[in-house]
Amino acid sequence: MAYSNYNCRIEKTFRDLKSANKPALITFITAGDPNFNYSKQVLLNLPKAGADLIEIGVPFSDPMADGPIIQKSYRRALKNGVNLDEVLSLVKIFRKKNNYTPIVLMGYYNPFFQKGIKSFLKEAEKVGVDGVLIVDLPPENDDEIRKHLSDYKLKVIRLASPTTDRQRLTKILKISSGFLYYVSITGITGSGLSKFNTLKNAYNKLKRYSKIPIVVGFGINTPEKAKIVSKYADGVVVGSAIINELDKTIDKKSNINNNVIRLVKKFSEAIKEARK
Amino acid sequence: MLKKFSYRDFPDKFGKFGNYGGRFVAETLMPLILDLEKKYNRYKKDKKFIKEFNHLSKSFIGRPSPLYFAENLTNHLGGAKIYFKRDELNHTGAHKINNCLGQILLAKRMNKKRIIAETGAGQHGLATATVCALFGLKCVIYMGAKDIKRQKPNVLKMKLLGADIVPVNSGSSTLKDAMNEALRDWVSNVNNTFYIIGTAAGPHPYPMMVRDFQSVIGKEVREQIFEYEKRLPNSLIACIGGGSNSLGLFHDFLDEDNIALYGIEAGGKGIKTGKHASSLLAGKPGVLHGNKTYILQNKHGQIKEAHSISAGLDYPGIGPEHSWLKDIGRVKYFSVKDNQAIEALKLCSRLEGIIPALEPSHALYFVTKFAPKQKKNHIIVMNLCGRGDKDLDAIAPLLNI
Repeated sequence: MAYSNYNCRIEKTFRDLKSANKPALITFITAGDPNFNYSKQVLLNLPKAGADLIEIGVPFSDPMADGPIIQKSYRRALKNGVNLDEVLSLVKIFRKKNNYTPIVLMGYYNPFFQKGIKSFLKEAEKVGVDGVLIVDLPPENDDEIRKHLSDYKLKVIRLASPTTDRQRLTKILKISSGFLYYVSITGITGSGLSKFNTLKNAYNKLKRYSKIPIVVGFGINTPEKAKIVSKYADGVVVGSAIINELDKTIDKKSNINNNVIRLVKKFSEAIKEARK
Repeated sequence: MLKKFSYRDFPDKFGKFGNYGGRFVAETLMPLILDLEKKYNRYKKDKKFIKEFNHLSKSFIGRPSPLYFAENLTNHLGGAKIYFKRDELNHTGAHKINNCLGQILLAKRMNKKRIIAETGAGQHGLATATVCALFGLKCVIYMGAKDIKRQKPNVLKMKLLGADIVPVNSGSSTLKDAMNEALRDWVSNVNNTFYIIGTAAGPHPYPMMVRDFQSVIGKEVREQIFEYEKRLPNSLIACIGGGSNSLGLFHDFLDEDNIALYGIEAGGKGIKTGKHASSLLAGKPGVLHGNKTYILQNKHGQIKEAHSISAGLDYPGIGPEHSWLKDIGRVKYFSVKDNQAIEALKLCSRLEGIIPALEPSHALYFVTKFAPKQKKNHIIVMNLCGRGDKDLDAIAPLLNI
């Protein structure tokens, strides 16, 4: 199969990590924040800092599920005129240097819809995107993307949340591939996670029904929290904490790379400790 | 046998009006929205619910609102006979309260203790704060910082009624951003909070629910016009921001193809200038705030800021039912500019002794151009959906009086 190598990036990553008994560190950055070149630099350095999988945020003017930190990040990127085509070219550049770290694009539906779902899927596959997670596209409304999926290898990553009941979960899992993204809290990105026991119980329940890995996102804003969650979770997503670090050093752009990478390393070390 | 096509059978069970509508929300909200749909479908047929809604519509809102023959304006324009549906005489001064009453009765039955809402002109916020006071529920209103400035009287009233006003500074600091912030609140407070959306937009079932609660407007018109004219009107005219007052007027008449329907968008400084809120005339289909509909956006799918002197029309989207009605040609859409709306507002104040809000003044300007071209036996009903006191501060410098 021509795409076999490509097709397996997400699965291979989780398989390798599982056999090494390590949870996955999934890092989020916004394409084009603070500008195209800096986000390229950070992106290229993320894998050696410990990112096992990278989520790239596709900037949107009205990110309804995001808190102030990512809202600001999207605004900066949009100010620089970053659009979905540039996000794809960022991935293209990345793939020239790295052919193993899975890339998932995360965003809101309208920019994808305006580009045209078919041409997005085609181009995304070509540049080496492995999956797409569209926050405001629940399974009930994803016919436009689902009808093309059999033609492409791209995985559509689905979300489950504390409000998702069992019946719904079964439905979601049936159409999920790659991994399931569990939203740890009822809230927006950048909120703090505090109810660790509730999360663990919910996670273990999910695990019983899921054949694919489940990662936990939202609210994991310190290495300590990442460590607690990675004791049991297949992976943790760190987003706002990274963007916040970037935001803090924004005036001295030259420090962005160092500071962000240093933070990602801290997260990476913390989760490696988790299962020792 | 095939069932006869009816415009009024929409949305379908997926919440779609043709290609428009649907439910484009984050997973966390999906179960809530599905539950809301279930509860709404149950209670809209519930006799007690209907009885309470009708009782409070009459005793608290003051329905039915009068249908008024605007004789002076009719004579002045010299064409069609013009009637105003006086929804500005409702308690709180606009049509918005019809929907708020319906939704809060639903919230009560769903045991929600906290109500949130977005507002542009402040009329929906005011109506929400009012029903919250009536039922003793906590009320949080999200309002763009820019709108807080231009709608001061409504802000004061909401505070007096006990609502918390949260200023929204993100984006363009207007209605669109207030809606984003309200959605963020909802996703963070899923257990105890009910989101009262003010216009016929958002994820299903909101567009349907808001329209249903507003459709009392058209139902009343049907009876009232018979008293005057012994027949139905030829044209119905209403302004559209999100589309709730217009759908309220139109919905009962959708299947009567001989009745012409006109929706008037805010043209701001003119469509060519790019500073307007005419989503149907100058936007294209996309997804925002939970539904697929016409939206003002750039070619990359980023939402553009709308512009209108009227805070209630200052929104880059439109209810999905309107997008569908436009595509199938059942409703005709036009746009009216800021200065034209003010002109109509002044004319109506002088001629009829009624100071309309800026929103229906857009529809009114269209009437002043449309009516003279019609025969004398042509009957127009325009929805005068809000009163103008709230706008006086904002337009005072433009009035030259």
